[in-house]
Amino acid sequence: MAKIRVIEEKCTGCGRCVSVCSFSQIKIENDKAQIMQGCTFCGACVDVCPFDAIEIEKEERKVDLSGYRGVWIFAEQRDGEIMPVTYELIGAGRYLADDLSEELSVVILGDKLENKLQILQRYPVDKVYLVDHPLLGNYRTNFYTKVLFDLVKKYQPEILLIGATSLGRDLAPRVASRLKTGLTADCTSLKVDKEKRNLIQIRPAFGGNIMASIITPYHRPQMATVRPKVMRKISPRGRSNCEVIKVDPDLSGEDNLVNIIGKVREETGVQDLQEAEIIVSGGRGLGKPENFSLIRKLAELLGGAVGASRAVVDAGWIPSYHQVGQTGKTVQPKLYIACGISGAIQHQVGMRNSEVIVAINKDPDAPIFNIATYGIVEDLHKFLPVLIEKLENLSSRKNKG
Amino acid sequence: MDFDLTEEQKTILELVDEVSEKEIAPLSDEIAQKGEFPRKNIEKLASLDLFGVTIPPEYGGLGMDYLTWALIAERISRACATTGLIFGANLLCTFPLLNFGNEWQKSKFLPPLARGRSLGAFALTEPEAGSDAGNVQTTARREKGGYILNGNKIFITNGEVADIYIVIANLDKKRGARGLAAFIVGKGAEGFSFGQHFKKMGLEALPNVELIFEDCWVPEENLLGGEKKGFRIAMQTFAAGRKGVGVGALGIAEAAFEKARDYSKERIQFGRSISTFQAIQHILADMATKIEAARYLLYKAAWLLDRGKPFEKYASMGKLYASEAAMWVSTKAVQVLGGYGYMKDYPVERYMREAKLFEIIEGTSEIQRGIIANLILREKE
Amino acid sequence: MHIIVCIKQVPDTEELPRVRVNPEDNTIVREGIKSIINPFDENAIEEAIRIKEKNSAVVTVISMGPPQAKDALRKALAMGADKAILISDPVFAGSDTLATSFTLSEAIRKIGNFDLILLGKQAIDGDTAQVGPGLAEWLGIPQVTYVRRLEIKDKLIKVERVLEDCFEIVEIKLPAVVTVTKEINEPRYPSLKGLLRARKAEIPVWGNDYLGLPLDKVGLDGSPTRVTKVFVPEPPPRGKIIEGDLNQKVEKLIEEIKKRNLLKWLR
Repeated sequence: MAKIRVIEEKCTGCGRCVSVCSFSQIKIENDKAQIMQGCTFCGACVDVCPFDAIEIEKEERKVDLSGYRGVWIFAEQRDGEIMPVTYELIGAGRYLADDLSEELSVVILGDKLENKLQILQRYPVDKVYLVDHPLLGNYRTNFYTKVLFDLVKKYQPEILLIGATSLGRDLAPRVASRLKTGLTADCTSLKVDKEKRNLIQIRPAFGGNIMASIITPYHRPQMATVRPKVMRKISPRGRSNCEVIKVDPDLSGEDNLVNIIGKVREETGVQDLQEAEIIVSGGRGLGKPENFSLIRKLAELLGGAVGASRAVVDAGWIPSYHQVGQTGKTVQPKLYIACGISGAIQHQVGMRNSEVIVAINKDPDAPIFNIATYGIVEDLHKFLPVLIEKLENLSSRKNKG
Repeated sequence: MDFDLTEEQKTILELVDEVSEKEIAPLSDEIAQKGEFPRKNIEKLASLDLFGVTIPPEYGGLGMDYLTWALIAERISRACATTGLIFGANLLCTFPLLNFGNEWQKSKFLPPLARGRSLGAFALTEPEAGSDAGNVQTTARREKGGYILNGNKIFITNGEVADIYIVIANLDKKRGARGLAAFIVGKGAEGFSFGQHFKKMGLEALPNVELIFEDCWVPEENLLGGEKKGFRIAMQTFAAGRKGVGVGALGIAEAAFEKARDYSKERIQFGRSISTFQAIQHILADMATKIEAARYLLYKAAWLLDRGKPFEKYASMGKLYASEAAMWVSTKAVQVLGGYGYMKDYPVERYMREAKLFEIIEGTSEIQRGIIANLILREKE
Repeated sequence: MHIIVCIKQVPDTEELPRVRVNPEDNTIVREGIKSIINPFDENAIEEAIRIKEKNSAVVTVISMGPPQAKDALRKALAMGADKAILISDPVFAGSDTLATSFTLSEAIRKIGNFDLILLGKQAIDGDTAQVGPGLAEWLGIPQVTYVRRLEIKDKLIKVERVLEDCFEIVEIKLPAVVTVTKEINEPRYPSLKGLLRARKAEIPVWGNDYLGLPLDKVGLDGSPTRVTKVFVPEPPPRGKIIEGDLNQKVEKLIEEIKKRNLLKWLR
């Protein structure tokens, strides 16, 4: 059992460990540090102690992981379309595979996938596992988990990456639990420690206030999910020499426990936020739900998608799939215009990697101005109509010209 | 003596503070502007069982002490004086029922009051009977197994929104104050209607309504306490209610003080925050001191009441002091905020207008001084 | 009907802008942050209580955590849950989501019969959203995630799941694990009666003496993932404030958009 202890003779009660513990699990009692039960053994206190008074005894395990080779990407398809996050994962996966001198494979599940294969073969992928079956047309946790599990058990990849979409976040933990392996969610950076062949997974925690670096040292495959628009997508490079392995899944009959009845669309023409190049977002500063019309108008003019802060989603002004932020979506558009959004860190986490951030807020102290490329201290009710009007003029001039 | 709150009180107040901060305070400007009865706030307080704090469990309440009730009322008032007063005025109905009602009356009227399903009101004030409470002109005469009431009441808090009214009427004008009796009258009783809705200097959303009784028949089961008990019921109810009004004023004083303190720290003039100027510091110090003094007079009154000891002196002192403190603190708060204090964009001018009523209701400051003088002169050495 | 709600006590990360970095040594400095029930778990508790009010059910709330997590359980009881159990033991410390979902699943097995397990969609400290599906896997029952509306019809539940741009309607046979979003309801404040009742309630603590779980499957040893480092992210470089009157600001902004080629039709 791993143990952490304070070497009392060395501890001076300086308290630096207390301030560095993100989990508030250290206190100073009788001038000595005491570590409490919620400790996650992250080692931050060990690093910071100037007297080396804290030590973590980790038992070294001997595990033979040599049988696991290769980097796998789960290609997500929805209604027959391959989701762009797949290409971002292929991009990241390619670097990892090259670093490990291993193969990069793509696993795709669905129904009638033939022409999808052709698309995938244009990317620098070494193998494609094609699992084509009528029961896999629409995502079902049970079937997808079984197929992926069987494949992994048979072919033993060392890394498996899945996009952190609503599908991915439903599937990945189920598969990881079945495989009894480690899964790290929402990674923002993936690198390989070549010596130990460990995947170094970096992800935000505590609402984005801190970053954690995580490894899965004794289990394989090392699973990670990555949010769309976090990694760079890779461009196709013409036909590649890739091996295709057609897999016949062992799926029996209908899953009589879960029945998908249908889909409901409350709005038409909703752009997927995560794929959008331009996003116009509204927050509490709008004042009332009707004012979202300003946001929609501007988004329409710019050909962009509509985003929202958590506050207005909670207030029921707009459906939650518009929400950008730590408990919403992470986006990476070329242009993100935040209107009436104060920019708490939970929101920033979702959009701070946008190329250009424009913030419109009448409060000059709003934290959003800390990360905005262009800040406009103005009442959005005054600013937006003028902006919209000017853009409309320019656009109609362009059409006439 | 133990000045600490009990663990139980702390847990309860944590909840009350959370609701006050998140739900009640944000609405206080709006309800004042619109003059609309704060239905949402009242429903929220009801859903938390707050209306039943002092009502015994057998009638649907929590059977807790008046000190806890006062703490709760104070916190609510700090967030919104109007909501606090509506909440406080309820006590003027539950208290007499609890202390003078018979079993039938208590079982019938207390449960809906405890659940906050029905609000209560106490109706004594008339055009000719303000401080001179004994001068009630509304008459009651015995008839057909009950009593017929005739007259009108003015300025009644919770008028029209309340379902249950304790009405003071005179059964025997020849005996003056000794002829008074208290009746439980329900809204919708025939002959009972509402008249003027009074427009006020402040507390615009507080219902203050004229009650009109025209041959209003009340069954004899609804006589509270007995035919000669009216005056005594009124005096004791007011004494207990003084606490509620006192903590209402205290809440305003606290709110005004907080605004003044926070503003003085941020406002920069002559290159420094005005909180560094002695003139402002002295004002803030006086505000804080008055608030603490008011607080403990009121808490002690509640503490004494809980132990069945004579509490009237402290109730009057507390109400007197808290209401005058609230007026002083809120006026000074406007002064500290300067020009901004006068503007409707900031709540301190509202606090000042709200505070004034507390020097008048439930026994004017002049009456309170009379009561206190009487009590202290009668005290044995 | 028996509903089990799994909750977690977390630091109030809304308050975390109080996190500052000590410039001398890059350590994180935090000022007393209070612990709360994970907000999405509050939605789960509320949903369970609503079902209880409509269909007569028994609601048990459980949490795996250090001893202070009892406060979170008490609040759940105050809201209307019937029973609460704290799963706590020093050997459970350092659990990642696999070890956590395993431990919870074993505790649930010990509780016995259940029809529905509710959780919030993710915890606001870990943000992984992994415990729900993990729990379903260990228990061998179906899962539905990101549910914004739930209806019970006998042994079935009908739910609306939030997808990227629409909502999916799914019917699941109980028992099942459901994770919920904020949209599903508005959690109630506990009533005073509830608070007082909860204060007096007995909350049993189940340690490993009671659960008897193998030490290599719980705590740090049962966690395949390890945190090796924790650090504060680099703040992105600040931009500039556009000055001028209203019209000037609009013009300048459009200029910048043009300059940076952000719009296809505006060059």
